[in-house]
Amino acid sequence: MSDASDLVLDVKNLKTVFFTNSGLFKAVDDVSFHVRRGETLAIVGESGCGKSVTALSLMRLVPDPPGRIVGGSVTLEGTDLLALDDAKMRAIRGNRISMIFQEPMTSLNPVMRIGDQIVEAVRLHRNLPVREANGIAVEMLRLVRIPEAARRAREYPHQLSGGMRQRAMIAMALACRPALLIADEPTTALDVTIQAQILALILDLQKELGTGLVLITHDLGVVAQTAQRVIVMYAGKKVEEATVEALFAAPKHPYTRGLMASIPAVPASGVAAQARLNEIPGTVPSLVRLPKGCAFAPRCKLVVKRCQEEYPPLQDWGGGHLAACWRAAEVAEEVA
Amino acid sequence: MFAYLVRRLFLMLVTLFGISIVIFFLLRIVPGNIVDILFAAAGYVDPADKANLEKELGIDQPLVVQYLHWIGGFLRGDFGYSYVSEKPALQEILPRIPITARLAGLALLFSASIGIPLGVISAVKQGTKLDYALRVVSLSGLSLPSFWLGLLILTASVAMFGQMPIFNPNPQTWLEAFATYAVPAAAVGFRSAALTMRITRSSMLEVLRQDYIRTARAKGASDAAVNYQHALKNAILPVITVIGIEAAFLIGGLIVTETVFNIPGVARFLVEAIRWRDYPIVQNLVMFIAVVVVFANFTVDMLYAVFDPRIRYTD
Repeated sequence: MSDASDLVLDVKNLKTVFFTNSGLFKAVDDVSFHVRRGETLAIVGESGCGKSVTALSLMRLVPDPPGRIVGGSVTLEGTDLLALDDAKMRAIRGNRISMIFQEPMTSLNPVMRIGDQIVEAVRLHRNLPVREANGIAVEMLRLVRIPEAARRAREYPHQLSGGMRQRAMIAMALACRPALLIADEPTTALDVTIQAQILALILDLQKELGTGLVLITHDLGVVAQTAQRVIVMYAGKKVEEATVEALFAAPKHPYTRGLMASIPAVPASGVAAQARLNEIPGTVPSLVRLPKGCAFAPRCKLVVKRCQEEYPPLQDWGGGHLAACWRAAEVAEEVA
Repeated sequence: MFAYLVRRLFLMLVTLFGISIVIFFLLRIVPGNIVDILFAAAGYVDPADKANLEKELGIDQPLVVQYLHWIGGFLRGDFGYSYVSEKPALQEILPRIPITARLAGLALLFSASIGIPLGVISAVKQGTKLDYALRVVSLSGLSLPSFWLGLLILTASVAMFGQMPIFNPNPQTWLEAFATYAVPAAAVGFRSAALTMRITRSSMLEVLRQDYIRTARAKGASDAAVNYQHALKNAILPVITVIGIEAAFLIGGLIVTETVFNIPGVARFLVEAIRWRDYPIVQNLVMFIAVVVVFANFTVDMLYAVFDPRIRYTD
């Protein structure tokens, strides 16, 4: 464990709820985690598990109404973001903490030049003349390895490919050298070959700039390649947290195990090409009608009576490996 | 681009040609001509006198000949003479154009400068009391005919100030000119403002849901910057279309408004000319209005390319 000054982001007991016609649901329920300088934390889970809402909560960009952060704290470089007024939060957004989104095709303003969009990000936080900000924009485009950066800066988003647009998004997000970058499934919408390039780029820049990174993904392959630590979310709650090595070596939560088992194996020698892909049976429960006990119980192979009655607390299995499961010991055994 | 412009120009000419045919024959379908009207008041008249006058004005000839005569003159810049005043049609029409143009321009200015900001506010404050209030006001704007609104304004000003706003043909200062045109322009522009507001609102609501709006917020942009710089610039296209169409509809509204407020513009003049079956005035005036409308549409199309870089006119 390192000292507190090294801590870029410290999230404690974050709770974000949505008020909908069908009732109140807890999209993020009592989630805590931290990110150190230059570290990559992956947040993993299925669609609808609360990953993206967690990310938007950190940025305080949860659409309100219907959503609202109702509890906890988000401390970025010693400042509790949830306590700031709107103007102070705007000064931090895009400056100390920034975000890249899943959809590069729709995340850039179609009627603004790429360069101008980066210039805007720079000038919102730094008192620079347009000319200088322009220089920074071109420099950033060069940094994300866009060829002919100066020319591209004068182009509109529709003139760029998906991969180029995501590079431009990254350039925009990093233009003010933030302490923390949140990447919400940054490669999901891209071709596989481009995915690898974009991931490598994010990691390179992270190393170069010393940025903390929260990488949101449902792809465990990406996690293994990139992150130092992982949290696994299910139905709005953190169900497991561990270093990448510990998680892949011995997952403690049956949900994590299910996710790992679902990674398709390359049909090499010995594996039939027609072999059925593994899946976790059932679907993520509706957050409005969560079961009384563990939310994963209805889909869990190891379920016992206690799982359906009491929600399991997060338990430390050593070395910061946390898991919320009554039968974590048995899960570990099964893997071993 | 050049070929596109040439094609557009050609299509505009075809449109205007069609309009010239429609207006010419519609006018001839209306029962009676100026000679009938003049002689109707006089009681018994010699049919020979009537025939002479018709011959003099050239309205005894076959319609096709009359049409060719008019359109030939029109193309050469010869617009004929008014049957009523016997002055050249151009001399009658031209001095009235600036009056109507100012009125129409001011009405459009009102509709854009009031309708667009209110539409943005209404969209941003969607579902609030302010939004509902604005929508009710805009609904009233759509449902109040401009002539009735004009009469209401006149009645109200008599009731409140004991006098009506009287048209001042020679305003000395900008302020006087504004005061002269503002009230009738507001009466006719209220409807356009209401329509503009509603279109702006729905277009903004659509845009505010887009991912790039979230991106703008994530950069740390203020609400005003997000709403006006990012959202409005994307939402403006349908608004421009509506304002362009409204510019054409405005002529219809102006006819009654100029009459109600007793303003000597082309719109009221057109009504008088129709009443007298003053063919040269009506035909040329309608053609003039048609040219304005066709060019307004063309301008709107060109503006698309200015506001949306994805739109480029190519050959």
